Amino acid sequence: MNAFDLIGSAVSNSIRSKTRTLLTVLAIFIGAFTLTLTSGVGTGINRYIDDTVSSIGASDIITVTKTAEETTTEGPAEYNPDSNLVDGQFQGPATTSVEAITPADIDDLAEVSGVLSVEPTIGVATDYVQLGDGGQYQASVGSIIPGMTLQMVSGAQPVYNADDYEIALPESYITPLGFSGNSDAVGQTITIGLTDATGTSSTIDATVVGVTEPGLVGGSSLSANDALTQALYSAQSVGLADSTRDSYSSATVRFDDTISDEALTDLRDDLTAAGYDSTTVEDQIGSFKSVIDAIVLVLNGFAVIALIAAGFGIVNTLLMSVQERTREIGLMKAMGMGGGRVFSLFSLEAVFIGFLGSAIGVGAGMLAGFGVNTALAGSLLADLPGLTLVAFDPLAVGTIVITVMAIAFLAGTIPALRAAKADPIESLRYE
Amino acid sequence: MSVPVLAARDIHKSYGRGPTRFEALKGVSIDIHSGETIAIVGKSGSGKSTLMHLLALLDKPSKGEVELSGRDAAALSGSALNKTRNETFGFVFQQFFLTPGTSVLDNVTLPLRIAGVRGAERRRRGMAALEQLELADKAKNKATDLSGGQKQRVVIARALVNNPSVIFADEPTGNLDSATGAVVEDILFNLNRTHGITVIIVTHDEELAARCDRRVYIRDGLVVESLAAPTGVAPGASTSTSIASSSAGTTTSTSEASA
Repeated sequence: MNAFDLIGSAVSNSIRSKTRTLLTVLAIFIGAFTLTLTSGVGTGINRYIDDTVSSIGASDIITVTKTAEETTTEGPAEYNPDSNLVDGQFQGPATTSVEAITPADIDDLAEVSGVLSVEPTIGVATDYVQLGDGGQYQASVGSIIPGMTLQMVSGAQPVYNADDYEIALPESYITPLGFSGNSDAVGQTITIGLTDATGTSSTIDATVVGVTEPGLVGGSSLSANDALTQALYSAQSVGLADSTRDSYSSATVRFDDTISDEALTDLRDDLTAAGYDSTTVEDQIGSFKSVIDAIVLVLNGFAVIALIAAGFGIVNTLLMSVQERTREIGLMKAMGMGGGRVFSLFSLEAVFIGFLGSAIGVGAGMLAGFGVNTALAGSLLADLPGLTLVAFDPLAVGTIVITVMAIAFLAGTIPALRAAKADPIESLRYE
Repeated sequence: MSVPVLAARDIHKSYGRGPTRFEALKGVSIDIHSGETIAIVGKSGSGKSTLMHLLALLDKPSKGEVELSGRDAAALSGSALNKTRNETFGFVFQQFFLTPGTSVLDNVTLPLRIAGVRGAERRRRGMAALEQLELADKAKNKATDLSGGQKQRVVIARALVNNPSVIFADEPTGNLDSATGAVVEDILFNLNRTHGITVIIVTHDEELAARCDRRVYIRDGLVVESLAAPTGVAPGASTSTSIASSSAGTTTSTSEASA
């Protein structure tokens, strides 16, 4: 029997007992449907996170903080007059005691091999933002870094190294500030107010170049370009001693993002050896993604359990089929069909049932996913624009179909082996 | 004398071991020549079916050897055995063994499908076999919707489709009434006459056996008697035309229906 005939026979054999095949296909359908939806949710959320990641920071930077010594010992740390703890400039994930990074540290960091450039991270604390003589609203300003991609709804994102003071407003500020719409804001000038170390208030004007979409992370702060950030920092640092002014909570190290993971690990080890803590964007997002991945994994686990149960359904169906077709198998073997071909015939039948169930299940799962997206976009998820809850990756969908077919094949081996081993004489006995 | 197409050389066959050991054949030798019709006659449990299974290479003897055109069949590999059964032998069973729910044509072309013959060629040969048995108009019918006689004709078409040189018929008329049984018998003997196909019939029906060139009686695993046809045509002579034609109209008595 050639391969084409084998497949044809397997297909027509499975269709022959319609009810039984239908029920088995239904069991697989449920598993494949669930698996499609759960993995779709995983893909959707992770894709959203990936989009958001690019608005948190570039992939080629490491945020470096200086490790305060002896933080691991119990009891109070010994006073070190050289230790200059950062005051009032906490940024990022820094928690307990972070030592300030001084210009000397910046020079040290630049020496580490693999480091392309080092920039101190400066944090600015602003008081309010205002349009003309309109109302003043509390605002925090974050600075964009090269490689960062903001999710814009209008205009363009501020140019990092532009000479002008450029800023992007979150969408939620548009109406309160008195703009008539997103596009109306672009090109306008807003006033940022802040208080320096001496307690004197000052203002800086900046041009709105774009409006950002609220994301999962950092969606509520204004995004300033470097020139504006530096200007705000200078204004804020009036009255500070030089040593305080030149100490930073963290620094941003850029590296070549084409290097291998090992090289990156080496670089980070070097930084640790030099006494610095390093955090990549991956680290910051990673923990978030691993929570999502864990949830999706558990959900997928349930779907796989359903599929395994369906696998036993296949075993059952095919065992009945083998039993029912004892005579037919015996006849085919008497007529010269080899055991291997008989095995293939029944295995293919299992794989075909698996394919039917998974193809229909995946198809229905995708349809349901699109339905859920449409339904939720206007209600539950209206506050998270850009989030498509259920998204499908062709590779993942293909993997589901292939996996189910593989499970079906495995389930089919038991009945197929039984058929392959059948003795034609025993099968054809009728006395 | 020509080399027999099939031969048994002192074959023994036993099942089980120890106290439950049962010896179905206790040393049977038989030569079957090309173009012969031979009846293996015996009661239930006599060992006649076992002998047929061994001759049809469906099973291996415990002792002794089965020769296929003078060569020991035990030397054949599994796939060569399968090929031989597929291309050289045709099988006709009392219980028909038609695949339910599939068409008559699909049933007839099963051996071709197993042999890997392609679709169009398969269809052509299947239809040719059905035409030979005047069943061409039933090709698309479901096999299970036919009458007993039609079913047995489909089975014969299936046995013929590969142009075999030997047809094994196990109680071919056992499930048929005497009139349709006679028609089926005529077809088998006619095939022998016109195509020179060797026909080996296993039966306990004396009248059917009497139409064959030779009758071999089996009892308790041994050949007890071997008779040539009443007219005295020598075994191995393929000129059986006279017997077949003379006896064609005589089988009017009731055939025993087996259990």
